[in-house]
Amino acid sequence: MSAVRSGALHELSAKQALAGMRAGKFSSVELTRTYLERIEQHNTRLNAYLYVAPEAALQAAAAADKLYAKARRKADTKLPALLGLPIAVKDVLAVAGMPTTCGSLILEDFVPSYTATSVQRLLDAGVVILGKTNTDEFAMGSSTENSAYGVTHNPWDETRVPGGSSGGSAAAVAARLAPVALGTDTGGSVRQPAAFCGLTGLKTTYGRVSRYGLVAFGSSLDTVGVLARDADDAGLILKVMGGYDPHDATTVERAPKLDKPSGKSLKGLKIGVPKEYFIDGLSAEVEGGVREAIAQLEALGAKAVPVSLPHTEYALPVYYIIAPAEASANLARFDGVRYGLREEQADLIDMFKRSRGAGFGPEVKRRIMVGSYALSSGYYDAYYGQAQKVRTLIRRDFDTVFKKVDIVAAPATPSTAFRIGAHGSDPLEMYLEDVFTLPANLAGVPGLSLCAGFDSQGLPIGLQMLGPHFADERLLAVAKAYQRVTDWQTRQPAL
Amino acid sequence: MLLSKEDVEHIALLARLHLSEEEKERYREQLSNILDHVGKLQELNTADVPAMASIAVERSRLRPDVPAAAMPRADLLANAPDAADEQFRVPPVLDGGA
Repeated sequence: MSAVRSGALHELSAKQALAGMRAGKFSSVELTRTYLERIEQHNTRLNAYLYVAPEAALQAAAAADKLYAKARRKADTKLPALLGLPIAVKDVLAVAGMPTTCGSLILEDFVPSYTATSVQRLLDAGVVILGKTNTDEFAMGSSTENSAYGVTHNPWDETRVPGGSSGGSAAAVAARLAPVALGTDTGGSVRQPAAFCGLTGLKTTYGRVSRYGLVAFGSSLDTVGVLARDADDAGLILKVMGGYDPHDATTVERAPKLDKPSGKSLKGLKIGVPKEYFIDGLSAEVEGGVREAIAQLEALGAKAVPVSLPHTEYALPVYYIIAPAEASANLARFDGVRYGLREEQADLIDMFKRSRGAGFGPEVKRRIMVGSYALSSGYYDAYYGQAQKVRTLIRRDFDTVFKKVDIVAAPATPSTAFRIGAHGSDPLEMYLEDVFTLPANLAGVPGLSLCAGFDSQGLPIGLQMLGPHFADERLLAVAKAYQRVTDWQTRQPAL
Repeated sequence: MLLSKEDVEHIALLARLHLSEEEKERYREQLSNILDHVGKLQELNTADVPAMASIAVERSRLRPDVPAAAMPRADLLANAPDAADEQFRVPPVLDGGA
């Protein structure tokens, strides 16, 4: 315990915490207890966690400590990569024996009997699950205001949203109520909350991480990602949870290895700056922060060039046809028969309608109806068919640009974190929050957002980087080079 | 306004959602606005553009057809709102059915 005060263990990154445990400076039980105490102290106010598992966590931590002790006695003991590391899991990912509500009343009492592949791989690598984090209902939203269990507060300013839908995970990591957390990104749900909370958020390439055990929202868009304090920590998690899974046919057997910068220099890296992301509605302070970050990348040796992704303005309408269409099909499974809320009725169809009417919140109902309409007879070609064609154009934009540049750099969000309740009555206003993050999901490419400074109100600004398919590690390497020469990622909100 | 109250009722039936009268009116307006916004896509000529069939990078393969243990029935029934005799129980589906 010499180098680190036990009260300050939460200040360590995941990488530092693992090194500390390996060196025997502190135990996983001490680390886990530190986080559980902080959750106890701050979660009532922040509402980042919906469920905390203190007993299971301490048990897992004790088991990890036993293995560390064994390794100290027997030098050839193989230690799992993440042994004893506490993590938080977004409440749309199944963990056997823990409630999985998806932020919805319809799953209030649902306890899955199996674990998502992404989470299972982390468990196999030794992590300790602290609990499940808040989310917009079924991951539909950009603020966690659509959770049936109350909004999560942004630790940088508790009158503001943490972003969403992985807002609980983002607030937990930002407030140091977890070293690292899993999120999911269907239209920006990792990158946007990462930007609002000053974190490094990685949306993985479609096909990189299994979605088995992720409650499906938009199956052609859904990805599992990670919210971390820095690129190193995000990389640790990706390395373990990625890869082929027979339970998700879209995962690839072997992800191609793309070139990435090594070390401190970004010499030779070509960065495209898309003009369509610097538009009316982008806050001047966010633009300033993002341009400064790009200048910093250039100072490290990269070359920034203007590029165009001409169909960017169509990403929002394409997304708000395809995502609701897929959601309307995926959420058909909630019928009051096999699991979830049931409103008893004499007639079967009435039972479906009443159960779903009572269990789903307003945004979920809206999207199910938009999707049902877009897929209905007579409207399919005009809406869904046309959207899938324009989606092809959006993907082609990226294919063309990534022939010229290695990554794209742009703002993650049009503004910094907005106030709770700011987008009360008009759903379209909320949808506009995602304009810069939606295109990556439509194209299936990886994206990362990192903290690029703070605005005049002390709120984090997010730089977004996008890469070609399977450039996840390239994005992490660029982020790491940036974080070597800046210290935004080490700042903590005062709680 | 693109949608009538009857349209909303039709969509709600397709989606198996019970809506209150107040919800019907609210969604009529909101869905109309959303559909109006996504209508922007009609301005693009896509006659020569193929619709995206799959976002997957590789063609998905079938996994080997090897029998494996299924999840235990009791575990799956544990989440059912109504179960009896190792089955899910639902209201009668067929007329005159018992």
